[in-house]
Amino acid sequence: MPSYVITEKCDGCKGQDRTACMYICPNDLMVLDKEAMKAYNRDPQMCWECMCCVKLCPQQAMDVRGYADFVPMGASATPLRGTEDIMWTVKFRDGTIKRFKFPTRTTPEGSADPLGGFPTHDDINSNALSTEPASAGLDAVPTVS
Amino acid sequence: MANFETVEVSTDLLILGGGFSACGAATEAAYWAKKNGLKVTVVDKAAMDRSGAVAMGLSAINQYVGVKDGENTVEDYVRYVRQDLMGISREDLVFNIARHVDSTVHLFEKWGLKIWKDEEGKYVHEGRWQLMINGESYKIIIAEAAKNAINDAGGEIIERVFITDPIMDGNKCVGAVGFSTREDKFYVFKAKAVIAAMGGAVHVFRPRSVGEGFGRSWYPPFNSGSTAYFTIQAGAEMTCQEVRFIPVRFKDGYGPVGAWFLLFKSRAVSAEGGEYMVVRKAELENYAPYGLAKPIPANLRNYLGMLDTDAGLGPLYMETDEAIQKIAEEYKDDPKAFKKKMKELEAEAWEDFLDMTISQAILWAGLNVKPEEKHSEIAACEPYFIGSHSGASGAWVSGPEDLDTPYKWGYENMTTIEALFTTGDGSGASSHKFSSGSHTEGRIAGKAAIKYILEKGAEPNIDAAKVEEFKKVILAPLDLYEAHKNETTDPEVNTNYIMARQFLHRLQKIMDEYAGGVTAAFKTSKANLERGLELMAILKEDSDKQAATDLHDLMRVWENIQRMWIAESHIRTMLFREETRWPGYYFRSDTPKMDEENWKCFANCRWDPATGEWEMMKKDIWNIPGV
Repeated sequence: MPSYVITEKCDGCKGQDRTACMYICPNDLMVLDKEAMKAYNRDPQMCWECMCCVKLCPQQAMDVRGYADFVPMGASATPLRGTEDIMWTVKFRDGTIKRFKFPTRTTPEGSADPLGGFPTHDDINSNALSTEPASAGLDAVPTVS
Repeated sequence: MANFETVEVSTDLLILGGGFSACGAATEAAYWAKKNGLKVTVVDKAAMDRSGAVAMGLSAINQYVGVKDGENTVEDYVRYVRQDLMGISREDLVFNIARHVDSTVHLFEKWGLKIWKDEEGKYVHEGRWQLMINGESYKIIIAEAAKNAINDAGGEIIERVFITDPIMDGNKCVGAVGFSTREDKFYVFKAKAVIAAMGGAVHVFRPRSVGEGFGRSWYPPFNSGSTAYFTIQAGAEMTCQEVRFIPVRFKDGYGPVGAWFLLFKSRAVSAEGGEYMVVRKAELENYAPYGLAKPIPANLRNYLGMLDTDAGLGPLYMETDEAIQKIAEEYKDDPKAFKKKMKELEAEAWEDFLDMTISQAILWAGLNVKPEEKHSEIAACEPYFIGSHSGASGAWVSGPEDLDTPYKWGYENMTTIEALFTTGDGSGASSHKFSSGSHTEGRIAGKAAIKYILEKGAEPNIDAAKVEEFKKVILAPLDLYEAHKNETTDPEVNTNYIMARQFLHRLQKIMDEYAGGVTAAFKTSKANLERGLELMAILKEDSDKQAATDLHDLMRVWENIQRMWIAESHIRTMLFREETRWPGYYFRSDTPKMDEENWKCFANCRWDPATGEWEMMKKDIWNIPGV
């Protein structure tokens, strides 16, 4: 099935201005059934299993069931993504559980300064990009001697 | 005709795409646009936070040169790419990206990307050029900087609009057309310059998995060749359209093998236990000098494994258990330290999958794979078009101004079409850019496009009748479906049209069987390619017989057409190049040898929009003097 929606948990993102899974899917696969107020994956065969929808779902109503044509039943990898790290629970077919926690970023969400605080310049004819050479840690942009 | 509102957007610089190179272009262009009072508009078919090839994340940065610390020189990187691509690379473009890429990586770190560091504060390398990262949110961070830059400069980001064709004014690109995948709206973008940065192509060839796992391509299934289609339709010259990329990865899940090869020093063997890189070493002499130098080119490593598979010696395995055993031996006197090391390595191995190929983690869990106990299968994936990796397909672009090359006709990264720039997977013969280099090349293109606008930018002259014709043709699949859907009880089977998925299967079948896909064991020949072209010509005739039930389906129809055009350019260029230079990407059985005398050159092609004819041409290789 690739990504799927748990009927009981999905509330169609009511109360929000848009459904999270529809918003984020890079392949435009998630659809909201407005009558049932439940989302679904319209084309599981085109799912990359990137889990962008699973990570973003505010109700934790989404998960992935491995591709049925080559993944044996019973396994899962479930993320819980916070603002600075992600927790993974990997469940094996034989019942083994492994848990991992990895950092995702070192700065507060939304704070990325495009120029990175590096000094910039005004010369569009130079071969230096806006933050160079400072952002390269060099005195000048290298060229062929 | 379907009743769609037409939305017109006028801008100075139009950036098409939202992935790494588009984000690089947006970030840099915004800086120069703001200074000069220009407007930048970015159009993405998805949501920028998670669009493009890095949507899922990545576990490494694959291009970092390390110039400031004297780790490598820019010239070292040029030599590395020349070697990996069997002598065929635009060294000026590779040089240009490599000299700026460190600066990009340093920006990524400032933005919040967690790059691993050792006790001395130095980056942890996976290989000579590769840095280890915690990259689950890599794309979100890079998109965040681009969005902040565009917002600060008063620009505009439009998501969920799918771009199809360029709007031309003679030999100049003056905009693009497309449609919303959310509302019944047809979009017309008018611009003084356009950067096409919509990624490479997947699903041109039939994938190994054709059931539910159809979408499990190594490179994402939503990259449909939009960039190549756009530049080809504009009449731009293309290069290296024969140089597809085939990665060897863990079988079926397509999880990364880099950590296992580079960090764990794992060996890859046949089922008989022979290490194909050792057993078949003599074969490399046929591809001298590239086969005899280090590192051995990716395609030749593929090829030696493919020879084992062809000989019936498969499956091929990554000896994960042996690699871990070797590490254990190093710690045999200190079980406590070994336990700690193993815990560390286990987390690293699983993060490698979970950061960028979650399917592989699910597959290992489903197969109860404990890598320390048992080896795992590896295999060659299906072919992809990805000029940013070890493939090289893309448009032929103008090179850096300060290098004395025969490749300069305009502004950096401008195609042979005026005002049309491309970057990342869109620009050819500049392989091994990966994520950081693609972003870097985007920055280069972003700055160059603003420079072009300042010096030559003119109000776009739009042919309104042509735009109206585009609208009619682009929306026609919806009309076709409505007109005939009630004629059969199953609307998917109809004599007046075919559905997008079936058209895709037809394209993939041609490519797989005649153009050297998986079932043809990556082999083709003049006769096969010519037969492929015959079938392709009929497929092309049927391309306007595709029906669409809704906006999503309409996008699928146009993605198919984009794939079909890249497929044709691929077949024509393989046919043109009468040799086998990258045997682990494709093998031409009728010309099985590499021919340095006649084919150490670029194979370029151009489709002429005026005549509909393809022109094939050779272009000389320029080497950086003394490198």
